[in-house]
Amino acid sequence: MLGKILSSEMATVANVFRPNFPQALEKPPSGSGELHVLAVDDSHVDRKVIERLLKISSCKVTVVDSGTRALQYLGLDGEKSSIGFDSVKVNLIMTDYSMPGMTGYELLKRIKESSIFREIPVVIMSSENILTRIDSCLEEGAEDFLLKPVKLSDVKRLKDCIMKGEGKKSGEKGSQKRRRSDDYSPSRSTPLSPALSSKKSRL
Amino acid sequence: MERGQPRRQVAAMKQSLFDQGYLDEQFIQLEELSDDANPNFVEEIVILYYRDSSRLVSSIEQTLERSPLDFNKLESLLHQFKGSSSSIGAKKVKAECTLLGEYCRAGNAEGCTRSFQQLKKEYSVLRKKLEAYFQLARQAGPAESACRPK
Repeated sequence: MLGKILSSEMATVANVFRPNFPQALEKPPSGSGELHVLAVDDSHVDRKVIERLLKISSCKVTVVDSGTRALQYLGLDGEKSSIGFDSVKVNLIMTDYSMPGMTGYELLKRIKESSIFREIPVVIMSSENILTRIDSCLEEGAEDFLLKPVKLSDVKRLKDCIMKGEGKKSGEKGSQKRRRSDDYSPSRSTPLSPALSSKKSRL
Repeated sequence: MERGQPRRQVAAMKQSLFDQGYLDEQFIQLEELSDDANPNFVEEIVILYYRDSSRLVSSIEQTLERSPLDFNKLESLLHQFKGSSSSIGAKKVKAECTLLGEYCRAGNAEGCTRSFQQLKKEYSVLRKKLEAYFQLARQAGPAESACRPK
């Protein structure tokens, strides 16, 4: 998981600079609270699968079929004085990359540009293992990049990371663009970066 | 005892689908998402797949019939078809999509048409086999699909 490269120092810095947002968006749910995941995919089959994966992982799920609908759900379409409005509480957004209209990348950017929602981890899912695509998503602030078809182990790992709060990268956005090419491999199995050595040898 | 027989048949049929390369590991991943509350999850997904892919097959056909061939549109439709095929573990269909994709990227209209015929054939075969499989599985009883470890 990407969060591993953050040292505890970085995490402290991130906490200090985290803006003062509604409580529900800052911390993962504690105790009996469920993780609420917004999943975005234009494929009906994939929507059903991701919904099932998330429900089995004890998450509350909202599934939409486009980036536009995702923004509508979040209340970000025509964002006017949205701060303070009791916005919907989402702990994680998982979006397909290739979608007609608004791509997952464009959705990612819109979310990270939003003062309310930029804190929410966004995970990109794609059937194509394209390094430049992965890099640009990560640079734009994506939490992780999952290769489709997404597996239950991917979702469980993701959930564990979010619940532990490692998903919060608030201090990293903005001027600090992450150079992840050296550190990242597409999430294909549970351990972090088994493909790291093969990726490094390409460089 | 007769009771075990249908289930063994289902298992054998499933094994053969894997051995012959029609299905891959993703199908098993889907099976593991079934439970007592959702015993027919895989079949439900596959039915959705039939619906989506029928539509895509028609759209691809229409696209191939137009001249000049709109390769971008074809690529986009193919991407969707390949994606959902991959999501249910339809290994051969996915491979045919890849081949068709290569002709498409090469701008080879005739190659696309030929390759698409092959894709349609594979899709049709898979569909028949899966329909037979699920029918047998339903007859054998629900225990077969509830295989997700608790």
